[in-house]
Amino acid sequence: MKIKTIIMAFLLAISVVACSPDNVKEDSLGTAELLGSENGVESNVYNADGTRVTAIDLQNSSLTEADDLMQSAEFSDPNSPLSTRIIYFEYDSSQVRNEFISILEAHANYLMANPSQRVTLDGHSDERGTREYNIALGEQRAKSVFKMMRLIGVMANQIDIVSYGEEKPASLELNDDSFALNRRVEVVYK
Amino acid sequence: MIKLVKKIALILVSLNIFIFSQFSYAELSIEITEGVQGAHKIAVVPFANPKGEKLQVEIAQIIASNLARSGYFKALENSQMLAQPTQPAQVKFRNWEALGQDYLVIGVVTKDNNLYHVQMSLFDVYKKSQLKGLRVTVEASSLRMAAHHLSDAIYEKLTGIPGVFTTRIAYVTSELTAQNKRKYNLNIADYDGGNAISIAQSKEPIMSPAWSPKADKIAYVSFENKVSEIFVQALATGKRKSIAKYKGINGAPAWSPDGKRLALTLSKDGNSDIYILTLANKSLKKLTKSWAIDTEAAWSPDGKKILFTSDRGRRPQLYVMDSHGKGVAERITFDGDYNARGSFSANGKSVVMVQGAQGNFRIAVLDLESRTTTVLSNGKQDESPSFAPNGKVIIYARRKGKNDILATVTLDGVTKHDIQHTEGMVREPAWAPRH
Repeated sequence: MKIKTIIMAFLLAISVVACSPDNVKEDSLGTAELLGSENGVESNVYNADGTRVTAIDLQNSSLTEADDLMQSAEFSDPNSPLSTRIIYFEYDSSQVRNEFISILEAHANYLMANPSQRVTLDGHSDERGTREYNIALGEQRAKSVFKMMRLIGVMANQIDIVSYGEEKPASLELNDDSFALNRRVEVVYK
Repeated sequence: MIKLVKKIALILVSLNIFIFSQFSYAELSIEITEGVQGAHKIAVVPFANPKGEKLQVEIAQIIASNLARSGYFKALENSQMLAQPTQPAQVKFRNWEALGQDYLVIGVVTKDNNLYHVQMSLFDVYKKSQLKGLRVTVEASSLRMAAHHLSDAIYEKLTGIPGVFTTRIAYVTSELTAQNKRKYNLNIADYDGGNAISIAQSKEPIMSPAWSPKADKIAYVSFENKVSEIFVQALATGKRKSIAKYKGINGAPAWSPDGKRLALTLSKDGNSDIYILTLANKSLKKLTKSWAIDTEAAWSPDGKKILFTSDRGRRPQLYVMDSHGKGVAERITFDGDYNARGSFSANGKSVVMVQGAQGNFRIAVLDLESRTTTVLSNGKQDESPSFAPNGKVIIYARRKGKNDILATVTLDGVTKHDIQHTEGMVREPAWAPRH
């Protein structure tokens, strides 16, 4: 299985301000410092109380492309259990529902047959409650899936876990249907 | 006050620092959503502009909204004013008495080369006397800040409490780009959302901004490397350090009052626990050791206690424990079925939190002495409360339609204001300490 990983580094030029020349002047101190961090570009701006503030643009590296794999028949055929890569959860629960067990087994079997293949389990919550608590909840959900895959026999080093809590909702509506769509673990092949 | 004027003049003139005043994004404005009871009535008359110049900043309007937002004042509409004096000699107290006003503010802006002198007089209408006169000198781009300084002076003179109008906030925005991709920004702004600037941008989520005690650094969580990671960024230079990138969760940074340590949530040992990181030697100490979720640490103002959220009792509740890890954690919340993300007021006497009850998540304040809880907001999904440095107002995020917006509420729950944002979701406000 050959997975092509494309690393893309985005260094977007900062368009900090659309200032008219009248209200922008150079800093007479002229202390242009180089950014020490390995990440980002800098651009000096100044806050209203005279405090100097520097803006940086964060790099978003390691965008993985598993598109080739995802377009193959076993992943794209709606009749294949591998075409389902989202597992949904009940409110405030991290227990894998019965209806998703066969799907998890299919992914686990695929990973066991392809030991060089890796996945990330992205844990998510709905937006009720506080953000950091929801990060912990999303991780518990991803860990439930992880444990089940491990029991079936997948190697631990094939699986990574990231919890995004409520930061990446699948649906933005504030209703029960939307909440149900957001309480999920996504199996992301890379 | 002379000291203050000198300070501003010194910073802005001697060092010759010039400031941007207009930004192309993140325009925020304030909307009053709930009325005021028993507030002092104050008329802030439009200030006279310099000869032949119309200022872009309405000084009087900023002062009036600042004072109204504090909950202590109700500002008179300009259209109700019988006269609009700008000099003390022009003031006829009976005009203001007839309108039932307690206080009157008038002022003049004059220009001297590139500098603006903003002069203000505060009067007690019934005593027919001037209570305060003050002049602030600034660059054109700092006129908003001049209005905030004058607001602080008026507020402190009339209430005896230091104002917070010159303080700042940090917050996170999330918006969809033209390519339908999400873009996250970490921003800082004046307390009212003015002068907003982005200090970090990413395509992946940014979370949990926390000000250092000197308000010169912000710790935050970034997913820019597709995992959670905690950074500390210096505001002046933009230089930043990754301080936590352990396996699993790296979240909820909180500075100790002395700025030497950070409480963090890590899950490297299996589940979410609170750790204390000492910045100087990078030593890490595990504070909680439960099987449950422990997160959202906050320090008491004396640095001796850590407040945190735990679901060790099945549902999330707030607990307090010794910051050195001695003894056992004590549960402090018993109202509602969900209490989380607590933080102490600056005097340590109360805790603000998110309280969930009957499916609604609202901002509540717990008085630690009387152990009584007051619910301050009335939304369905209110979150991320943060005390103003003077403890009188709380900023938080709430859902409005499909957007998250910032809002403020006074400690009595009576005065609520929304801070309108032009686009995108605005959340996780953190009020900077006074510095």
